[in-house]
Amino acid sequence: MKPPGRRAFSWSGAALRHTVLLATSVLVLLPFVWMVSLSLKSPGEIFQASFSVLPDQWHALENYTAALTAQPLPRFMMNGVIVCGAILILQILVCAPAAYALAKLRFRGREVLFALVLVGLLIPHQVLALPLFILAYQIGILDTYAALIFPFIVSPFGIFLFRQFFKAIPDDLVHAARLDGLSEASIVWRVMVPIAWPAVVAFAIFSVVAHWNDLFWPLIAVRSEELMPPPLGVMAFKNEEAGSDYGPLMAGATLIVAPLVVAFLFAQRWFVDGLSLGAVK
Amino acid sequence: MTFGVVLRDITKSFGPTPVLRGVSLDIAEGEFLTLLGPSGCGKSTLLRIVAGLETQDVGTVSIGGRPVDALRPKQRDVAMVFQSYALYPHMTVGQNLALPLRMRRLSKLQRLPLLGRVLPGTRALAGTIARDVAQTAAALEIDHLLERKPGQLSGGQRQRVAVGRAMVRQPEVFLMDEPLSNLDAKLRVAMRAEIKDLHRRLGVTFVYVTHDQAEAMTLSDRVAVMLEGELLQVARPRDIYADPEDRRVAEFVGSPKINLIEGRVREAGAVDVAGTTFHLDTGLGRGKAVTLGLRPEAFGAAERAGPGVITGAVRLLEHLGSDLYAHVDVPGQQAPLIARLPAEDDAGPANGGTLHLRPRLDHVLLFAPDGRRLRPAQARRIMPLPLREPA
Repeated sequence: MKPPGRRAFSWSGAALRHTVLLATSVLVLLPFVWMVSLSLKSPGEIFQASFSVLPDQWHALENYTAALTAQPLPRFMMNGVIVCGAILILQILVCAPAAYALAKLRFRGREVLFALVLVGLLIPHQVLALPLFILAYQIGILDTYAALIFPFIVSPFGIFLFRQFFKAIPDDLVHAARLDGLSEASIVWRVMVPIAWPAVVAFAIFSVVAHWNDLFWPLIAVRSEELMPPPLGVMAFKNEEAGSDYGPLMAGATLIVAPLVVAFLFAQRWFVDGLSLGAVK
Repeated sequence: MTFGVVLRDITKSFGPTPVLRGVSLDIAEGEFLTLLGPSGCGKSTLLRIVAGLETQDVGTVSIGGRPVDALRPKQRDVAMVFQSYALYPHMTVGQNLALPLRMRRLSKLQRLPLLGRVLPGTRALAGTIARDVAQTAAALEIDHLLERKPGQLSGGQRQRVAVGRAMVRQPEVFLMDEPLSNLDAKLRVAMRAEIKDLHRRLGVTFVYVTHDQAEAMTLSDRVAVMLEGELLQVARPRDIYADPEDRRVAEFVGSPKINLIEGRVREAGAVDVAGTTFHLDTGLGRGKAVTLGLRPEAFGAAERAGPGVITGAVRLLEHLGSDLYAHVDVPGQQAPLIARLPAEDDAGPANGGTLHLRPRLDHVLLFAPDGRRLRPAQARRIMPLPLREPA
C-alpha cells in the first residue's frame, strides 16, 4: 500500500516545487521580458494603458538604430570591456597570492588578517564612496580609467573564495612543489590557481557581472562621455528636457545585457565542466 | 665514514605540545634507514625537518657533510615521496616528471610560456629534460602513461609516478613518507620489493618513514624506533626484534606481540613467574620485580606441568597453515599468552583444553620495571631471526 501513497505524495510535492520555482522565475524574468518588449515598441505604444508582450507596430529598427547612433554605445561597451577586464585581471593578481598566504602560510597575525577580510566582506561599497572619491581627487585620477578600476582591485570576496578553495588543496602538494624548486609565487600561479580553476571562473562571473552593471561608482568617478561604462552611458537617454526616451533606452539596456547573458551561458557550461572534472578525479 | 644525513638534538614543539625531544641520528651515505613508530610519534615531522619543510626549534641538520639549516627545501638536494603522492592534478604525468628538472635547469626567462621557446639554449635543455624524463619513465615502466593526468591512473601507477618525480633529478637523499600505505596489501608487497631494488640501483641515502613493521624490517639497513618524539633504539632489523633495548621497542615490533609476564626474583638465579619458577639470572636482588619478554616462537610444548613450565587453558587456536598460534589463559596473567607452535601440533591442543608451555630460557628478554632492558652477563644471547609477514 505504501508505494502508491508515496508516489502520490511525491507527485504533489513535485507540483508544489515546480509551482514555486515557476513563480519565482516569472518574477525574476518579468523585468527582462518587459525591457525587451519595450525596446520593440513605438513611444506611443509604450505609454498605452494595456500591455502586450509583442508590439502592434514594430518599432525595433528605429529604437535599436537610435540606441547605437544617438549615443556612442559601442564606445561605452568598449569602456566596459576595458574596465571589467582590468579589474578582473588585477583582482586575480592580488587575490590569489593573498588567499594563498591566508590558506597555506603560517605567520603571526594570520587569523586577524583573515578576520579583517571577512569584515571587508561586510562593508557595502557605497559606504566607502566618499573616502574613495576624496582619495581619487587627491591623487588626481578622477575622470580617468584608473578611477573606475582602482577601488575594486582588492576584492575581499575574491580573497575569501580563493582562500576557501586553496585550503582544500592538500599541504603535501605545496610541500612537493617547494621540493621541486618552485618559488612561493610559482606555487600560486603554477599549482594553486590551475587547480582552483573552477573558483577562478566562478569569481570571474561574479566580478564581471558586478562591474559591468555598476552604475553607482562610475556616476561619481567619471564625467567624460568617452570614459563612461555602459550603464552610465545609457543614462544619457534619460533626458531631463525632452523627457525619457524609453524605446531607445530599453534597446540600449538590452544590448548591454546581451553580452553578459551570452558570456554567462558559455561560462556556466564551462564552469560545470570544471566542477565535474574535479569530482571525477 | 661519510654521513648522508646527520641530525643533532632536534627539538620541535607545535604550540605547547612537544613533538620531538632532542633527536640525534647519524645516517650513513647510501644507507636505507627507516623511522618506525606509531602514528603521532613525530617521525613524519622529523622527515619534514630533514626536507626543510618544517623548521626545528633547536638542533642542526647536515646533509652530505654541510649544515643545511639555513637552506630552503629546493637547495637541500633531497627528494620526497609523499603518502598522498602529491602529484599535480592539472599536469600530465610527463609534465609532473619534467617540472623539477625545468625548475632546476631552465632560467626564469626560459620557463616563460612563449618567449622561453625562442630563447637560445632552451631547445637543447628541453631536449635533455625530455630525455631524462623518458629514461626515468622507462625505468619505472610508466612510459606509456606520460600523456595521462594523475586522475586517470590507478593507485600503484600514481605511486610510481611519485617515485619517478623524486628520482628524475637524482637527489643525494630520498625521503619517503609512508609511500605504500595507500596501496592494497598485495601491491604493497610488490612495491616494497621495487623500492628495495631502487635503493640498490641508485645507491643513495634513503630515509623511510612507516608505521608498518614489516616494511621497516624488510627494507632497511637500520631501523630507528620512535615513540613520543624520542628515538628508543637504532639498530639492524634483526637486533630490533631479537635484542630490543626497551620494553616499548619489544612491544612495538613483532606480530603477534611479545608476551610480557611479570615475575619476582626468588633468589639469585631463580624467578617466580606465573605459578612456576624459572632458572634465570637476572642480576637483581631478592624480591625485586622483573618483566619477562617472550616472543611467541620462544615457547615449546611440554608434556606435563613442572618447574619451568607454564600451564594454562587454551582460549583460541589460530591455524595459519604454516603455524599454529595458541592463545593461552594463564592464572595471574591479564592478557593471554600467545605461543607459536608447529602446525603439526594441531592434534595436540584443543580449545578449552590445558596446554603446557616450556619457554626456551635463552630466548627470554628481561626488563626492569621502568622498561629498561636488563642484561645480566650470562643471559645475553641473540636468537636467530624468525621474520615473517604478519598474517
